[in-house]
Amino acid sequence: MESLNFDLETQTVRDLNQYLHGDAAALAGQRIAVTSPNGAHNIAVGVDAELHVTIKGHAGYYAGGMNQQATIVIEGSAGTGVAENMMSGKVHVRGFASNGAGASAHGGLLVIDGDAGLRCGISLKGGDIVVGGSVGSFSAFMAQAGRMVICGDAGDALGDSLYEAVLYVRGAVKSLGADAQYEPMSDADLDAVRLLLAAAGLDHDPASFKRIASARTLYHWNADANQEY
Amino acid sequence: MCGIVGLLVKTPALRERLGELMVPMLIGMTERGPDSAGLAVFGKEVDAGQRKLSLYAGFTDEGAQFPWAALADALNHAMDVTARFDVKGNHAVLTLQGDAERVKLWLREHYPKLYLLSTGRSIDLYKDIGSPAEVAARYDFANLKGSHLVGHTRMATESAVTPDRAHPFTAGEDFCLVHNGSLSNPYGVRRKLEPLGIHFDTDNDTEAACRFIEWRLREGDALPEALQKGFEELDGFYTFLMGTTTELALIRDPFACKPAVVAENDDYVAIASEFRSLAHLPDIRNAKVFEPAPEEMYVWKA
Repeated sequence: MESLNFDLETQTVRDLNQYLHGDAAALAGQRIAVTSPNGAHNIAVGVDAELHVTIKGHAGYYAGGMNQQATIVIEGSAGTGVAENMMSGKVHVRGFASNGAGASAHGGLLVIDGDAGLRCGISLKGGDIVVGGSVGSFSAFMAQAGRMVICGDAGDALGDSLYEAVLYVRGAVKSLGADAQYEPMSDADLDAVRLLLAAAGLDHDPASFKRIASARTLYHWNADANQEY
Repeated sequence: MCGIVGLLVKTPALRERLGELMVPMLIGMTERGPDSAGLAVFGKEVDAGQRKLSLYAGFTDEGAQFPWAALADALNHAMDVTARFDVKGNHAVLTLQGDAERVKLWLREHYPKLYLLSTGRSIDLYKDIGSPAEVAARYDFANLKGSHLVGHTRMATESAVTPDRAHPFTAGEDFCLVHNGSLSNPYGVRRKLEPLGIHFDTDNDTEAACRFIEWRLREGDALPEALQKGFEELDGFYTFLMGTTTELALIRDPFACKPAVVAENDDYVAIASEFRSLAHLPDIRNAKVFEPAPEEMYVWKA
């Protein structure tokens, strides 16, 4: 199996990304290491090949954004918008992630071992997110589809204006957003959490999570609501 | 967008290298703030009877050729303040004995185009338009020494690109503030402060935050109390980094709209808008790196 190293002290992010945007069949199965990432933006953005990228340090904004098929591991922390708009594959952050992690991800799995900042999973469109730590305020805002598993706590307004995404939280929720509600955990929920935790390498008891989903009261315009939600 | 950097060295030996460690941090924030740059450095305090004034001559006709020596002669002739100047082109730090307010009045009267950047016993302040690399070279930032500093790279959004609107802003003595973001109520804050006799130099939104916090400190609030009142009064997007003689303080707005990252080890605390600016600090791999939470106060003692 081919293994290649890009050192961002001497090579540019463009060098790396142009390589990663090469012929998908030729790239399949390759293992790429990125050393000295030094917080650079846009590392491994727009990859569409079944390969493995390891970022050996802290990544800047949008790392692994728009990912398709690839497995991208960030050994340090990730800046704003990690794995934003991911389509498939997996992005794994070993440290913490800043704001907007996994924003509008359509597919794939984002795992954050540490905490995630504000607006994690905002406008989620079908991707899965597992956060080992806590998430900041306004997470899963307007999340449309997909699942979020939060092993720690959540900040204010979790799941505000939620559509059909489902959230599972183990810790304390500071406040739920408009139209988000707690629901009972079904067997299907327990299975879903078990599988997502396993995929993230975590072994919490699925029964220790609470389910949060949309009450669907905002789906239709209510002229009598008088703008009070 | 703007860039913020801050550095506080815990190991006394590193005070000699404060500027050298900071310059790559400042230049690392060039993409966030290419139009102006500045910093405030806090060093050893002068005696209680002395004051330092940082002065900017870029608005005078002479600019970098400003006759600082002639100014020193005239000032010492006019009053007994044993004024001496540490000159770097269009910038000088004036150290004086006695009443700084009397000297400032005299300067305003005789050198109205000379711009006062800071007053205090430990603060020196430099700011100007130009790229961070240009400004750092202009004032030889690499050789600055001290215990801590507050730096800024500016991409102007709320007021014009001029040296006086660059950051850091100062108010009172030994206090400075830099800002990434934009306030939505700076004029409301101004309308509260101006009737109290607080004078504004510019129309910049950050100046309102700076003067508000300094006003609270002067009214007797400890820094955490002043910052709490800042959370209540200042509306908008902000990451603020502030410096006093003994402290570096950081706060972020409740929505965390503007970034900040901190790296801390036994030798230093380093703050930047993005990790890019911290990546080359010594032994950064083993530093504790974290993102400061919104609406929390972070205060580090020098």
